[in-house]
Amino acid sequence: MDIQSFFQNLINAMQWGSFYALIALGYTLVYGVLLLINFAHGDIFMVGAYIGFFVATFLLGSYAFHLPMVLPPHLVFIVTLLITMILTAGVGVTLERVAYRPLRRKGAGRLYIVITALMAGLILENGNLALLGASRRAFPDLIEKAVYTIGGVTFTNIKIIVILAALGVFVLLEAIVRKTKIGMAMRAISYDRVAVPLMGIPIDTVIVFTFILGSSMAALAGVLFVSAYPVLEPYMGAMIGWKAFIAAVVGGIGEIRGAFVGGFVLGFIEIFVAAVFPSTFRDLIAFGILLLFLSLKPTGIFGVARAQKI
Amino acid sequence: MMRRHSALLLYIAICGLIVFLVKAEWINAYIQIVIMYIGINIMLTTSLNLVNGYMGEFSCGHAGFMAVGAYVTSILNVWFFTSGNLFGDALLRPSLSIMLFPVTLLIGGLCAALVGLLVAIPSFKTRGDYLAIITLAVNYIIKSAIENIQVIGGARGFMGMRKVVNAMVETVSLPWVMIWILVFTGLTVVVLHRFVSSTFGKGVVAVRDDEIAAEIMSVNTQRMKLIAFMLSSGLAGIAGGLFAHVLGYINPGSFTILKSTEIMVMVYLGGMGSLGGSVMSAVLFTVLMEFLRPLQVLKWVLIPLLLIVLMMFRPEGIMGHRELTDVFPRLRRMFPSREA
Repeated sequence: MDIQSFFQNLINAMQWGSFYALIALGYTLVYGVLLLINFAHGDIFMVGAYIGFFVATFLLGSYAFHLPMVLPPHLVFIVTLLITMILTAGVGVTLERVAYRPLRRKGAGRLYIVITALMAGLILENGNLALLGASRRAFPDLIEKAVYTIGGVTFTNIKIIVILAALGVFVLLEAIVRKTKIGMAMRAISYDRVAVPLMGIPIDTVIVFTFILGSSMAALAGVLFVSAYPVLEPYMGAMIGWKAFIAAVVGGIGEIRGAFVGGFVLGFIEIFVAAVFPSTFRDLIAFGILLLFLSLKPTGIFGVARAQKI
Repeated sequence: MMRRHSALLLYIAICGLIVFLVKAEWINAYIQIVIMYIGINIMLTTSLNLVNGYMGEFSCGHAGFMAVGAYVTSILNVWFFTSGNLFGDALLRPSLSIMLFPVTLLIGGLCAALVGLLVAIPSFKTRGDYLAIITLAVNYIIKSAIENIQVIGGARGFMGMRKVVNAMVETVSLPWVMIWILVFTGLTVVVLHRFVSSTFGKGVVAVRDDEIAAEIMSVNTQRMKLIAFMLSSGLAGIAGGLFAHVLGYINPGSFTILKSTEIMVMVYLGGMGSLGGSVMSAVLFTVLMEFLRPLQVLKWVLIPLLLIVLMMFRPEGIMGHRELTDVFPRLRRMFPSREA
């Protein structure tokens, strides 16, 4: 591989890594607070992409009922992002309220909540399929595509936006979790969930906040993803969701740094495997490396094995 | 003496009746397929229950082991008993397929059990969520590996099993696939029942309840995990081999996470750690799927919804750690009890 195609692949890997990282974040945040693998998260990403599609087409005036003025595409993109993040956060919180909280209140085992999450994901996928049909939809071009070439390496402005968004989100979340009061509460819950309610910390508020954060990041990833690859289908979240979950685990689930590093690691492995081997080997080698890695270091990159008291 | 075996005799009588009805063509092909699916689903559900229910792990890649069994059995059968452009002439007389079909099934199961090592060995060090990922990854790896082996069709799939089935029927005119499904379903349930009633089974349950305490009480936890995973995946492999011969065509797309999820749904519907519950839910679920077929996609909204409601009101599943004999003590006369 010469240096030029190396950098080309590097940019692609960064972009995919950013998608994985943004989604992996939702898994890791919820896991850190609730010790729950929110298997529906990949489908929240899909829902985010669909909400983004409908918001964008509404803002562009594709429906009978539309806005009185015509917005420039750039503004449409930003407004779409914001509205989609808010609405998708609503979906995530609804899921928490309707499906997970009643179970938690009853003190059901963790496994039952995980199964509920898995089923909620299936409902979102197939409910979407039943509601909107199997036809694929094309996301409108909101950002005018610009292609830059530097030293033989070509990249689009969307790729840059995706990578910058992921880095921005990382800084923002680290700040929220490390510097703010609610972030401190989140860390406290993952440290000791029995003592936290006794200290007067409203545990449900923190959980809802966690879901808002995770779901809005998934929505961000969803809109960015369909801006880069403008095809929407109900099962788009399943595969990428599972992979992002794997990224979260490789990084050490429950750690924000872990989600980012894991996402980028997975992105790099996938892209470079596809560059060297036939692309059909991508999943095989990516998952093989994962298996090997987890057998050697079961807690992930940043995860710390907790000693179990007997 | 008679009572000890009455359940077995009853099962044999029912199987005989089904075979007779099929032979006499009193039940049509559609119902036959549903019965065969019920058998296969019972095998898959009970075998997954060993890991997810009795051992308390969260294995979500059961379809992968099924794929291994399906492919190995199909390839062996097609290679041995049929002439085609893939493997050349048949190595053995096609009429031998009647005798050797269960052998190839068992070889398929054995290979699946060996692939089960991929999960069993990491399980020594990891538990819970991380092990769940490993099972998931193994499912992807198996599917992806099959897709990349072009000799056996890759992503296009593999066919030719229909000829093997026809060869069996031509030699002795009986519904062979149905017979073997009934036999292996019965065997699976008996083997698993004996297993969980044995000291091994108690060891597996001890690993679920408290691994460290079990270790201290001299349970060889690594051995328990190894045996449980290999038995579970081996039985799934046999179920896969039968599945391939029902359809006559397999492709990697049949063994995805969705299939694994379907098996998990059946396990949790029936109740963890309950063989009776698994059998019941496999029957119920398969029949329900057929009844809901006109709903098409909505079926896959209703079934998860059903399971969510179940988790809310009866999280342990229909039977939840109980057997039929616990619910109806009178049945204990028919089944040799677990304590015996």
